[in-house]
Amino acid sequence: MANVNLKINNIPVTVPEGTTILEAARLAHIEIPTLCYLKDVACVGSCRMCLVEATGARGLVAACVYPVAEGMEVQTNTPKCRKSRKTSLELLLSKHKKKCLSCERNHNCELQRLSAEYGADEDRFEGETLEHPLDLSAPYVVRDRDKCINCNRCVAACQKQHVGAIGPIGRGYNVHIGSAFEMSLMESVCVGCGQCIVACPVGALKERTTVDEVWDAIQNTQKKVVFFTAPSVRATLGEAFGLPVGTNVEGKMVAAIRRLGNVEVFNMDVTADLTIMEEATELLNRIQNKGTLPMFTSCCPGWVKFVEQKYPEMIPNLSTCKSPQEMFGGLLKTYYCEKNGIDPKDLYVVSVIPCTAKKYECHRPEMNGEVDAAITTRELARMIKTAGIRFTELPDEEFDNPFAICSGGGTIFGATGGVMEAALRVAARALDGKFEVVDFPEVRGTLPIKEATYKIAGKTVRVAVANGLANAAEIIEGVKNGTRQYDFIEIMACPGGCVNGGGQPTLPDSIRNSVELKELRAAALYRSDKENKVRRSSDSPVIDTIYAEYFGSPNSHKAHEVLHTSYKADKRI
Amino acid sequence: MKQENVCTACEEKLGTPEQEARLKALIEECKSTPGCLMHILQEAQGIYGYLPMQVQKTIAEGLGISLSEVYGVVTFYSQFSLTPKGKNRISVCLGTACYVKGSDKILAEVEKELGIKCGECTEDGLFSIDSCRCVGACGLAPVMMVGEEVYGKLTPDMVHGILEQHREENK
Repeated sequence: MANVNLKINNIPVTVPEGTTILEAARLAHIEIPTLCYLKDVACVGSCRMCLVEATGARGLVAACVYPVAEGMEVQTNTPKCRKSRKTSLELLLSKHKKKCLSCERNHNCELQRLSAEYGADEDRFEGETLEHPLDLSAPYVVRDRDKCINCNRCVAACQKQHVGAIGPIGRGYNVHIGSAFEMSLMESVCVGCGQCIVACPVGALKERTTVDEVWDAIQNTQKKVVFFTAPSVRATLGEAFGLPVGTNVEGKMVAAIRRLGNVEVFNMDVTADLTIMEEATELLNRIQNKGTLPMFTSCCPGWVKFVEQKYPEMIPNLSTCKSPQEMFGGLLKTYYCEKNGIDPKDLYVVSVIPCTAKKYECHRPEMNGEVDAAITTRELARMIKTAGIRFTELPDEEFDNPFAICSGGGTIFGATGGVMEAALRVAARALDGKFEVVDFPEVRGTLPIKEATYKIAGKTVRVAVANGLANAAEIIEGVKNGTRQYDFIEIMACPGGCVNGGGQPTLPDSIRNSVELKELRAAALYRSDKENKVRRSSDSPVIDTIYAEYFGSPNSHKAHEVLHTSYKADKRI
Repeated sequence: MKQENVCTACEEKLGTPEQEARLKALIEECKSTPGCLMHILQEAQGIYGYLPMQVQKTIAEGLGISLSEVYGVVTFYSQFSLTPKGKNRISVCLGTACYVKGSDKILAEVEKELGIKCGECTEDGLFSIDSCRCVGACGLAPVMMVGEEVYGKLTPDMVHGILEQHREENK
């Protein structure tokens, strides 16, 4: 592609044809403010924050959608640009619910930051301030319409997920974001992935917090409180404390949780290993006994809800394995309680997860409330801050036994392709006792759909990995019409997998637009995998003990009772 | 867009078997044409008189788009209605010329005569009232339309007779 030469604020830049002014400016180390633009998610040029002056254009142009041209001269910081942006901000503020002090996004709000930078007067225009009730219908997300600035980033994120639970409703001043026919989120086709939350520049969307219940349980001397943390949380929690994206803070995370009160801290990578043992066994059984194939993974509750609502005919293809979160809940309330003489009623189980759908998952009736509270990475960060723990100064500490040691396969569960790779490690060894390979690079990375075919012990295994529900839908359509043929398919609802989940720290667009978030966070998990002496779930000593002491073997009757589940069609349009 | 009959179906059903067949044929015929949503919505409103949830769901599923996208378009354009319309759709022009000539008084008289407000439908399903912005007959201001018929140079005392005339036609 041809290159284009232009000047931005008199700085010469050379960029490929088709580049936008916004992208070109970044190469000249110039930040142009945006609200409705979000890399990989939304680009419509509607918020008018990125207006710049460009030669050859009449009036100001939106830098996020305006392509560069040869010889173009762009000015991003003229009085005209500043005045226009300030007025746009003041108009947005005129009907924004300005309860900044108690807002979850205080100090992490794009509207607040830009208003401060441009000296916008929140009282310059008096807008209509109608109070709308919060949407509290769902156990995983809260929508506050009065804080919404109609940037449509959540809508774009939801459409990109092929869910489309929310969209703009009405026209002109009455436009607002909501579900069709003003349905509540719980009645809509929402799957709870939470991608809308991490896309929101303000505090209009947030998780439904259960932090107070967790604090109460910690205070309650009748209760024994145990935490366990999902694989990806260690790769993202540091961001909430100013550490660079991709820093693995496993040791500090454990130390911090331990300082929240009299609690034990377990490693959810252990039940990721357990999931692999069960899922790989189920897959081999399905292949041998001519069961329903292809088999889809079931560790992602957003994906499971998506199947139940949109493709209920594919339910027989879902693995019956519970997610690692629910396996841990089951394991703790049975095996752990029996072993330690604890009444399950006195055990309070807190899972720390990167995900809002997992909040919904622990409310599913078939899960029997085995996980008492699921809190997101953001909620854990808030608890650590409330407790006055100086996170970055903490020593590295180890998880508590008996659920401390995991395989590298359990750790990479947090990234797209990780479940597949962990399953391949175990399945390959089961089919061929001499199989040594543990790296399956074909299924790594953030490509939307990855495919591979392996020949193991004379058997051909065809696999596919999709991240993001739109790509999952593409796979399902291909499987249904016969154009795609696989044995085993991994799906993670969020683009990039759990490392980019809806419960992860909300990073401002200035970071999201310039950093490869998914890749950097995933790299932290793959480094940890590589450093682990145990790479294969079936080689983990903890897994050996769990089966020897309790379940016997994978897919045993007892394992089915505690570690497997069923699904229910719930067709929605 | 010509409105042909009034849907009395509940939200769960797709109207009469004939209406359902027409809607499905319409979607089948248009779905491969990019940007067909507006056309389908207009035709569907012609079939049903309005766009109830079940009709919008059928369109969304038929086109492979989300219900929120369909609903977003329906609520963006004032020509689309989410509530049933009467057999005779009354539209009083509140555009500048008509308004200056007192069309607000015409609207008030229609509302009084039928005992319903603008945007509503009479219980017998015979009349519904809407306002509009200019029908392009400013020379006849103030203007109202009943169905496809235009009535101009109106005074409030003419309203009763016009409505009676339509009542007679529907007997």
